[in-house]
Amino acid sequence: MRTSECDMVIAGVGGQGVILISDVIGRAAVMAGKPVCGAETHGMAQRGGSVINHTRIGCRFSPMVALGGADVLVALEPGEALRFAHFLSPAGVALVNTRPVLPSTVTCGIADYPPLPEILAPLKAQCSKVLAMDATALAEKAGTAQAMNVVMLGALARYIPLSEELIVQALSLVVPPRFLEVNKKAFALGKAEVE
Amino acid sequence: MFVREYLLGNAAIARGLLEAGVGLVAGYPGTPSSEIIETLVDLNSERSLHVEWSVNEKVALEVAAGASWTGSRAAVTMKHVGLNVAADAFMTLAYLGVGAGLVVICADDPYCHSSQNEQDSRRYAQFAGIPCLDPKNPGEAKEMAAFAFELSEKFNIPVMLRPTTRVSHARANVEIGPDEAHRRQGKFIKNPARRVALPTHARPLHSELLAKQAAMEEALESAPWNRLALRGKVGIIASGIAGLYAEEVIFELDEDISFLCIGAYPLPKRLISRMLSHVSRVLVIEELEPVVEEQVQILARIANPNVEILGKEGFIPREGELDYFLVRNAIARMLGKAERQALQNPAVSILPPRPPSLCAGCSHRATYYAMRKVFGKKAIYPSDIGCYTMAVNMGTVDTCLCMGASITLASGIRFGGETEGICCSLGDSTFLHGGMTGLLNAAYNKARITVTILDNSTTAMTGHQPNPGTGMTATGEATVQVSIEALARALGAGMVETVDPYHMDETIESFQRAKEYPGLSVIIARQPCVIKARRSGARRKPFQVSEDCIGCKICLDFGCPAIEFERDMARINALCTGCGVCAAICPSSAIQEVAR
Ligand code: SF4
Ligand code: SF4
Repeated sequence: MRTSECDMVIAGVGGQGVILISDVIGRAAVMAGKPVCGAETHGMAQRGGSVINHTRIGCRFSPMVALGGADVLVALEPGEALRFAHFLSPAGVALVNTRPVLPSTVTCGIADYPPLPEILAPLKAQCSKVLAMDATALAEKAGTAQAMNVVMLGALARYIPLSEELIVQALSLVVPPRFLEVNKKAFALGKAEVE
Repeated sequence: MFVREYLLGNAAIARGLLEAGVGLVAGYPGTPSSEIIETLVDLNSERSLHVEWSVNEKVALEVAAGASWTGSRAAVTMKHVGLNVAADAFMTLAYLGVGAGLVVICADDPYCHSSQNEQDSRRYAQFAGIPCLDPKNPGEAKEMAAFAFELSEKFNIPVMLRPTTRVSHARANVEIGPDEAHRRQGKFIKNPARRVALPTHARPLHSELLAKQAAMEEALESAPWNRLALRGKVGIIASGIAGLYAEEVIFELDEDISFLCIGAYPLPKRLISRMLSHVSRVLVIEELEPVVEEQVQILARIANPNVEILGKEGFIPREGELDYFLVRNAIARMLGKAERQALQNPAVSILPPRPPSLCAGCSHRATYYAMRKVFGKKAIYPSDIGCYTMAVNMGTVDTCLCMGASITLASGIRFGGETEGICCSLGDSTFLHGGMTGLLNAAYNKARITVTILDNSTTAMTGHQPNPGTGMTATGEATVQVSIEALARALGAGMVETVDPYHMDETIESFQRAKEYPGLSVIIARQPCVIKARRSGARRKPFQVSEDCIGCKICLDFGCPAIEFERDMARINALCTGCGVCAAICPSSAIQEVAR
């Protein structure tokens, strides 16, 4: 028996804006009158480390998505998509920003960053569909690379049981008014990418 | 009016405190507890309650106790290890009792997400003989925060609220209500028999504390967070967030299982006994210590000696955090059903590790670089708790024990016979929290060591909270700015120098003098945390690598995440904050400021 309506895992690197995505979705779910819960990473892991957030819509149980249980994996960085791929359900969908952020182990030359196809191939084996996009480029097109997370939110909107109106309404509560237009543009570009 | 909001567990707790009419909240930052006070600061724009970052947890608890004795509901926030610091006050407060309600919020961190250990604070509550509320989600944490005051007042005892990381840093839809008028009665009523812990007073107070236990147990037996549902002959008893995992598994498996969910301690012995007499087999699920399980074992001797009790022995790990998967498999095993294979993700092996690291331009890296250059490979480098612990791979973090222990360990290492150079380091907030007594001790007992205070003028690791060295209170008010130089001198350090770690030559020279100094030397390496500096609007010109780069990789070894290596040459990326340290290190002067 399913214990939630929609389970998602949002992954990225500290500072990329993972929490904003979950905050917007959580608020939109509350507006829709659905129970919602999530779990996020603070502290140690934030300084450029891997960050993972769990969000569960229509769920009254624990805030954490079970391994193999995510309906959607949203990754703001390709390597981080693969790092958390085992959360995906076989029927799940992965939404991946293809723009890498090199970890210090790579910039220092003690490890290598694999080429994109080598990351996406095993990811495809874990789930039903992988949608890869250069969300950073789309965000730049919208006005600022900073809005990359909102591009991904736009793409995600198609895969969760919440109306686009509510999501955009929640977004406007979370981003400062002067950045709202850019973010709306970023959202639309992300959405168009998966249509 | 009640509304629903999507709240972080710690924000929900803050709301609960406000709705209970708290008059004072004190704490020391510590993951995962810090956002409780941060939320209160944001919500307390009229300054109707007193909110403070205290110098450490012991201080915070004592300040809160004073307010409680003055008739103001008070709460104190800390992470689990902070309670070790506050333990002296904590244990005796259980004897002396409260005035208005006093709530000790102590956030545990199973799995050590951001901690040096994973101790279980329920043990502390048991040890002190005070009630403990163990929430499973943000909504419950909020209700418990408010209820804790009533309980505290009813039994004249401090009450512990013990969220874990997965509650404090969970988010959920939470119902929020109006704030209660803050109770700041402001009258300290003298009562030596209850406020002065002289032996003649303490003895009867201890008896009173023990006598209260049964009544508290009785009262909590019917608390809404202890719930018993008798169904099949197999039972589960679960506490805190483990209760949520168990409920989810029971729902998913659709099995006829009796279930006792526990959220309040002292444990509901009658509910447990009823469960034990009903079932033939019971699984106890709790994170960390077998606090519930031990009681279950004892109660079973009377209630049902034949019941089979499963738990920490082979079913539920005693370390780390639980999750749905672990709990599901434990329950499946108990039922004799198939367990799920742990999902593997073999492809992860192709990924480069992504450990957290010091920010680009972090001055700690520069200080450690200079320290290491002067003191060398053989020197001993006791360190402490803060962002700088992440520099463990620079070779300048040889120890990390607890807040302030760098100085005392360094002293002990010297007195233990070590003849190499000893240079320890700790941050400004850590020094003010627990390092000052160690420095005094080092001076008094003539330790020949160098103490480096990494002064970035904030408490960075936990989210940049102010401290007494910053001249600002928790609420952003200006206050006295304590001079760390004056403190170090007053505590007895013979040599005290302040350097700007971005000036490499000056820093190296200063370390050289400290190394040669025949007594206790203190170097204060002062440069604001780059995140803090950026937020306050400071901008420096970034640096770039010119054609003169010979590809020696010396700058790369420095470890700044803004320095990359590409086609035999160093390259500086967009993360550069313009500290200029790599330019000072480069032997071919190939790194220069970007001209505008
Ligand atoms: S947050 Fe501040 S102190 Fe911590 S690593 Fe970054 S710059 Fe350094
Ligand atoms: S100047 Fe050099 S060391 Fe400083 S932040 Fe830029 S690249 Fe890093």
